[in-house]
Amino acid sequence: MSAGAGERLVQVSAVAGSSRTAAGTEVPSSTTVAELAGSEAALRRFLFGLPGVDQVGVEARTASLATRSIKAASKLWAIDTAISMVDLTTLEGADTPGKVRALCGKARRPDPLDAEVPPVAAVCVYPDLVAVAKHELAGSGVAVASVATAFPSGRASLAVKLADVGDAVASGADEIDMVIDRGAFLAGDYGRVLEEVRSVKRACGAAHLKVILETGELATYDNVRRASWIAMLGGADFVKTSTGKVAPAATVPVALVMLEAVRDFAEVGGARVGVKVAGGIRTTKDAIRYLVVVNETVGDAWLDPTMFRFGASSLLNDLLMQRAKQRTGAYAGSDDFSLE
Amino acid sequence: MSHAPRASPVTTSEAPPARRFEYAPAPESRAVVNIRPSYGLFIDGEFVEPTDGSLFETVNPATEEVLAEVSAAGPGDVDRAVVAATRAQREVWGSMPGKERAKYLFRVARIMQERARELAVLETLDNGKPIRESRDVDVPLAAAHFFYYAGWADKLAYAGLGPAPRPLGVAGQVVPWNFPLLMAAWKLAPALAAGNTCVLKPAETTPLSALLLAEILQQAELPPGVVNILTGAGDTGAALVAHPGVAKVAFTGSTEVGKSIQRSLAGSGKHLTLELGGKAANVVFEDAPLSQAIEGIVNGIFFNQGHVCCAGSRLLVQESVAEQVVEGLKSRLQTLRLGDPLDKNTDLGAINSPQQLEKIRELANSGEDEGAERWSPTCALPDRGYWFPPTVFTGVAPAHRIAREEIFGPVLSVLTFRTPEEAVAKANNTTYGLSAGVWTEKGSRILWMAQQLRAGVVWANTFNRFDPTSPFGGYRESGFGREGGRHGLAAYLDV
Repeated sequence: MSAGAGERLVQVSAVAGSSRTAAGTEVPSSTTVAELAGSEAALRRFLFGLPGVDQVGVEARTASLATRSIKAASKLWAIDTAISMVDLTTLEGADTPGKVRALCGKARRPDPLDAEVPPVAAVCVYPDLVAVAKHELAGSGVAVASVATAFPSGRASLAVKLADVGDAVASGADEIDMVIDRGAFLAGDYGRVLEEVRSVKRACGAAHLKVILETGELATYDNVRRASWIAMLGGADFVKTSTGKVAPAATVPVALVMLEAVRDFAEVGGARVGVKVAGGIRTTKDAIRYLVVVNETVGDAWLDPTMFRFGASSLLNDLLMQRAKQRTGAYAGSDDFSLE
Repeated sequence: MSHAPRASPVTTSEAPPARRFEYAPAPESRAVVNIRPSYGLFIDGEFVEPTDGSLFETVNPATEEVLAEVSAAGPGDVDRAVVAATRAQREVWGSMPGKERAKYLFRVARIMQERARELAVLETLDNGKPIRESRDVDVPLAAAHFFYYAGWADKLAYAGLGPAPRPLGVAGQVVPWNFPLLMAAWKLAPALAAGNTCVLKPAETTPLSALLLAEILQQAELPPGVVNILTGAGDTGAALVAHPGVAKVAFTGSTEVGKSIQRSLAGSGKHLTLELGGKAANVVFEDAPLSQAIEGIVNGIFFNQGHVCCAGSRLLVQESVAEQVVEGLKSRLQTLRLGDPLDKNTDLGAINSPQQLEKIRELANSGEDEGAERWSPTCALPDRGYWFPPTVFTGVAPAHRIAREEIFGPVLSVLTFRTPEEAVAKANNTTYGLSAGVWTEKGSRILWMAQQLRAGVVWANTFNRFDPTSPFGGYRESGFGREGGRHGLAAYLDV
């Protein structure tokens, strides 16, 4: 996943000549790299050539998948997998080094009494606290993710956003969670959104880039699909639903549309892009619903912390509580697990 | 044509690697339902032994286990039931104020909801359909029909069917095995709301949910004789529709039997509605929301193992997207879960009977013989019970039997078209006319297609959606009359 944005785009377009995806996405063969990347009109044509998303249909599909009954060994597997996919997050104005240190302890060893509980995937903080987290997590295998690009609104100049990213990367962030310019997207200025993603990707260097679409502000599933494609064309390693600061945050139908987008992108020869759902996911039941949708939409390849993440804070303890219930048959109390 | 059953599936894609996320069995408990070893007939408010009938067994098609012994009503039993219904209609039900009849129907609906799990488990055991469907579709919709028609019972004068529409008398109702409880509700609820009394004959292979419904009617203290339930096979049904005391016949089932009923009733003056077979076209245009269209195709043909008269058994897909749609469909079908119908994660259950399984096999084999390409996902079939894998035929020509005859199983025939006019011509090129589906993001085309398609029900960007407020029914060889909605009342009123 170290390919630069430019390389990625070449790769996609070069192999996309006659490729079609299951969902009918076709990268037009006549479109050259320069056109798709450089011409607003070509990009717009491409985005509007994607098949539509029927709201009723996508919501009916997720409602049907929500009835899957995950029991016994499969539930235990799902809980452990979900724990390993958590980006343990604190994004408050009141965050302090002490708070971040505490969170890092929780991330390394979610349940101090049970060494079999896997560590989470990452700790997600604001850029100025990256160094603290990096220090705490050294040698643990838990990554440090940082939001950047004038998170959560993204309303700043590109120079400021890039400086924000550079700051986080310089402090040692392994993953950057950027926000797209929703204003530009809703104004139809897709080229600008794409260009920003590409610029941020370059600024990330070796750090992985997660692109937050803030789907609650995009409003329609068609927009979610188009924004996912812009992010992937721009070089995203992950597409991410939300900042967690806007309601609605992640929803299962939105996740389904994004999963279809990453599947289609991979099928036309693009890289395998991960998906992160963030905001409002608090219970094990919620997490398992997402894993079922992942399982039945994109399958095994995405059932891995390198390809699917939960951005959450309170989810972790519910997972631990349900894990204990599965193993011992008895529910633990909320004070049996540390707050952070 | 006689074929030895072939090993199926014939062609499959390569086996997918074992999944990381395997779902552990999640069976619904069958302890919620108490199946008696044997059942009598429900006549005049009581379960009684047949006087001139016999006994037969009903089995669980997923395991071939015998569930119970059931009575087959003879002509004498049919007469008893019709006499009881006639008396109840004249003396109690027909003269009861509509708002009083409504109270009974509301009560039945509520008890059905309260005993929903029991009904769902029993339906799944006797029919073979997945518990997910009996729990989420059959039972809630059956209760919804009672709720809906309960609301009409005191408003018949305002249904636009004349100022004082009158009930017809005794309705003889024969229902099929694919939605045993739901079809019973479709028949009983409007008939009762309109002031008729009923003699209902459930299908031979699926009598149990109707017998549980009889217990529910007792629990609701429905006056004796208002609903009588006679189990049995074809000759019981024939005796019922031929009985001179029956004023109205409502039949859902095969076109063949429907035609013979219509012949036998000619000149008798009895009212008749028929809901028969179908060979629905599900038309996918190139500008459709393709991911959802693929879901709609799956739901259209694999819902209830394809045992659906309005199943979207002919996929008509525009040539420009045919390859993508078929590829997408095939990869989607790899996640379809076939197996124990009581498992909450099962998508595709058992075929209802060995006879039906044989019919599906015979037609599927004819598809191969006639040159269509057969495909099924990798899917292991259980050792016991009646099973058929989800099957897709591509390269189907309109002349093939699998494009013309109703298979009534999980078998999809894929045909292509080039223009909207060709889609209409192919969709209408059938002797049936029950349902159709249209998939496009262009609203004007949906409306144009709905005008052109000769089908009683046209779904747009969805399929197999049912609602008690919406009339359902076909024309041509799919029958006549409507069930559901205000239109459904007309079949049970003298207007």
